Amino acid sequence: MSEKQQKQDVGKVLLDELVNPPAPKKAGRWSKVGRALLLPALAVLTGLILGASLIVVTSEDVWAAFQVSFGAGLGSAWNTITSAYAALFAGALGDPVRIIQALQSGNAVEIRRSINPILESLVNATPYIFAGLAVALGFRAGVFNIGVEGQLFMGAIAATYVGYAVKGLPGFIHMPLALLAGALGGAAWGFVPGWLKARTGGHEVINTIMMNYIAFRLTEYLLGGPMTRPGSGGLPLSPIIEKSAEIPQFFPAPIRFHLGFFIALATAYGVYWLLFKTTWGFNLRTVGANPNAARYAGMDITRNTILAMSLAGALAGLAGANQILAVNRSMAIGLSPGYGFDSIALALIGNSTPIGVVLASLLFGALRNGATRMELLRIPNDIVSIIQALILAFVAAPAIIRTIYRIKPSKEADSTVNIRSWGGGQK
Amino acid sequence: MTTIIVHRKLTSVTPTRRRWMGLVEFVLGVIMLLIFTLRVPAGAVSTFVMTPGGITQGLAPDWVLPTFPVLLGLTLVVMALGAFQFFRGFDRWMNGVLGIVAGLFVFAFLTWATANTSLNLTGMLSAAVLLSVPITLGAFSGVLCERAGVVNIAIEGMMLMASMTGALVGSVTGSLVVGLLAAVASSVLLALAHAVLSIRYKINQIISGTVINIFSLGMTSFLSSKFLQTYQNLNNPPIFPRIPIPLLADIPVLGPLFFNTNLFVYIMFALLIIIQVALFATRWGLRLRSVGEHPKAADTLGINVFRTRYMAVLLGGVVAGIGGAFFTLGSVGRFDEAMTAGKGFIGLAAMIFGNWTPIGSFLAGLLFGFADSVASKLPLLDTGIPIQLMAMAPYITTMVVLAGVVGRGNTPAADGEPYEKE
Repeated sequence: MSEKQQKQDVGKVLLDELVNPPAPKKAGRWSKVGRALLLPALAVLTGLILGASLIVVTSEDVWAAFQVSFGAGLGSAWNTITSAYAALFAGALGDPVRIIQALQSGNAVEIRRSINPILESLVNATPYIFAGLAVALGFRAGVFNIGVEGQLFMGAIAATYVGYAVKGLPGFIHMPLALLAGALGGAAWGFVPGWLKARTGGHEVINTIMMNYIAFRLTEYLLGGPMTRPGSGGLPLSPIIEKSAEIPQFFPAPIRFHLGFFIALATAYGVYWLLFKTTWGFNLRTVGANPNAARYAGMDITRNTILAMSLAGALAGLAGANQILAVNRSMAIGLSPGYGFDSIALALIGNSTPIGVVLASLLFGALRNGATRMELLRIPNDIVSIIQALILAFVAAPAIIRTIYRIKPSKEADSTVNIRSWGGGQK
Repeated sequence: MTTIIVHRKLTSVTPTRRRWMGLVEFVLGVIMLLIFTLRVPAGAVSTFVMTPGGITQGLAPDWVLPTFPVLLGLTLVVMALGAFQFFRGFDRWMNGVLGIVAGLFVFAFLTWATANTSLNLTGMLSAAVLLSVPITLGAFSGVLCERAGVVNIAIEGMMLMASMTGALVGSVTGSLVVGLLAAVASSVLLALAHAVLSIRYKINQIISGTVINIFSLGMTSFLSSKFLQTYQNLNNPPIFPRIPIPLLADIPVLGPLFFNTNLFVYIMFALLIIIQVALFATRWGLRLRSVGEHPKAADTLGINVFRTRYMAVLLGGVVAGIGGAFFTLGSVGRFDEAMTAGKGFIGLAAMIFGNWTPIGSFLAGLLFGFADSVASKLPLLDTGIPIQLMAMAPYITTMVVLAGVVGRGNTPAADGEPYEKE
C-alpha cells in the first residue's frame, strides 16, 4: 500500500513536469491569453476570407458584371461580399439600427424581437457546447470520440421516451429525470467503444462510427414502430413530450431562448472542474497525455478509458436530450444537422479546454444562425461547413497560419491532442 | 543476387479470443437451428431464380431446394466450424472462417425466408456486387495509404467530392470518360491536401481526414444547392452501360454476375489484381510497405519516405475517386447531397476486416455489399423481421471482427505516425 502510494507520488511529480512544463517567468497573464487567442482568431479570419472568395467565385451576378467590365466586376464582387457578411452579422447578432430604435422606443416586445437573433444564436450554440465538450473530454483522455452523432441520437431517444411515457410527475422532477435519461442513453453508447478499446484494443474511431450507424438504424426502427406517434400516418415521429418534461423557455413563443443554455454553461464548468481540479481528472489527462507513464505511475488505463468514453457519451447524450426537451419537443430522424462532425471542429478550435469549447460554440452557433439569413441571398448555408473545415485545418496546422502571417513560432507545445491511430504507435 | 526474406509474423490468437469467436459462431448455429431450421413447414421447397432480370446471356434454370435438409446441413456446418474454432482454433484463418459463417448464416436465412416462394438469387448477388464496388474501392484506397503509414479516414470525403464532380463534368461535357477523369482529379486534389497536412505539416492524420470530410460535405452540398438543383441539366450525366464480355458472359450464373456488368466492376477486379501483385510481389511494393512498417529503417536504406507516402496517398486518391464516380456515373446518374452515405467509412471497416490486404478487403467488401443487398430485398420477402435491425448486422460484425483483429493482424506498424527526418 505505502509503496504503491509512494510510487504514484513520484510519478505525479514527474508527470506534472512533463504535462505542464513550467511557463517562462516573464510572460504576463494577459499576453499569454493574447497569444493563445491570436492563432485561432487569425484562423477564423482566414477562413472567413476564403469563404468570401468562394461566395464571389460562385456568384452569377459577379460573373455577369465581369463580362461588362473589370471594374464593374470588382465592384459587384465587393458588394456581394459585404451584403453576404452583413446578412451573416445581422442574422447572428441582430440589426444594430433596429436594436437602438427598439431601446429608444422602450417597447418591451420590440426590444425582445430585435435582440432575438442573439438569443437564437445562443439557442444554436447550446447543443454545440455539450457536443464539443464530449469530444474535448475524449481528446483529453486520449480517445477520439467521433461517435457524438450516435450518442446524441441515443440520448435524444432516451430523453424523448422518459419525456412522453412517464406521466404525472411535477416539472422539477420530470425534466431532470428526462435529462438524466438522455445522459445515460449517450453514456451507454459511449461505454461500448470505450470498453472495446480498453479490453480488446479495437480502435474507437471505427467502433464509434459503427455505433453511429447502429444508432441511426435503431432510431429508424423505434420511430417507425415501438415509439411512433399515434396518428402520424407512418411518418417517423415520436409522440410529443409532456409539458412537465420541457426545459422552460424564457420568453413567449417565437423566441426560443431557454434554460438549457445555462445548463450547458454549468456543465462546461463541471467538466473544467472535473478535468483540472480533481484526481480523477488528473488521471484521465495523464492517461491521455502519456499512457506509458500513467501505467508506470499505477493508474488504471482500462478504467480511465472506459470512464472517459462513457462521460463523453453522456455529454453528447445531453446535447440530444437538450434539443428534444427545450426546442423540438419530439423526436424525428432529422434531429441533427451534423453535430457529430461539427463537435470535432469545436473541440479542436477550443484546444480541448471547456472555456475554449464554449467560445468556439458561441462562434459556430452565431455562424449557423447567421447563415439562415444568408440563404435569402441565395448563398447555401453549407458555406458555414466549408468555413468550419478551413478554420479547423488552420487551427490544427498552425504552421500554415504562421507562414501566411509571418508569426514566429512560440516555444510552448501547440497540441493538446494526443490520439493514436490503430496501427502501432505503441512504442 | 539479392534474396528477399519475408518474416511472417507469428499470428497466434489468444485462447480467450479464440473461445469467444468460437462461441459467437456456435451461437449463430444455434440461432439457425431454433429460428430457421425447426420452424420450416414440412415438405417446403425454396425456389431461387438464377438469372437476373433483363439479361439475355448466360441463362440458368431455377434452383429448387428442399428447405429443411438444406437448412439442417447449413446449421450443422456452422456448428461444426464454431466448435472447431472453440476447441482448436483456425489461427490466421479466423476472420475468413467468420466471413464464411456469416455468409452461410445469411444463405440459411434466405432459404428459410423463401420457403414455398421464390427469390431471384442472382439478381440479389448481382446487386450485391454493384453495391460492393464503392466499399471495395474505398478499402483499396485505404490499403494503399495505410500500407505506407498514412491513416486515411478521408475516403468518404474524397468519394463524395468525386461523385459530385463526376456528375457535374459528365453532364456538361456529355462524356463519361471526361467525367470519370474529372472525378478522379477532384479526389486526388483532396488526397493532396491530406498528404500535405499530414506529411508536411505533420498534423494528426485522423484530424486531417476529418477536415477533408467536413470540407467535402460542405463543398458538395454548397455547390449542389447553388447550381445542381437550380440548373437540372448540370445534374444529368450519362451512365456507363453494361458491357458484356464475349463468351464469358454466356457462362450461367457467373456470366451475368461478373462478365456482363458495369465498367466499374471490371475496374475493381483489375485493381484487385494490380494492387495485390504490386504490393506483395514487386520491389515497389516492398519499399512502400517498409515505409509503413519502419520508416526510419527505410530511410536509412535510401528510400525517400516522404515521396513514397505522397505517392501512396495520391494513388489512394485515384482509387477513391473511381469509387466515388461509381455513385453518379455508374449507378444513379444524378448527384444527391451526401449520397455516399458513409460508404467510405464502411470501406475503411472492410479494409480492417480484410487485414490490410487487397484480397481480404475485396471479400469483406463483397460481404458488406451482400448485406446491403439482402437488406434492400427484405421487405419483398415479408419475414416479419424489421429491415433496420437486419441492416445493423454489417456494423455489428465489423465491431466483433475489430475486437478480434487488432494487435494480431497485418496492421502496418507505423500507421498514423508522422515521420520526422533527423
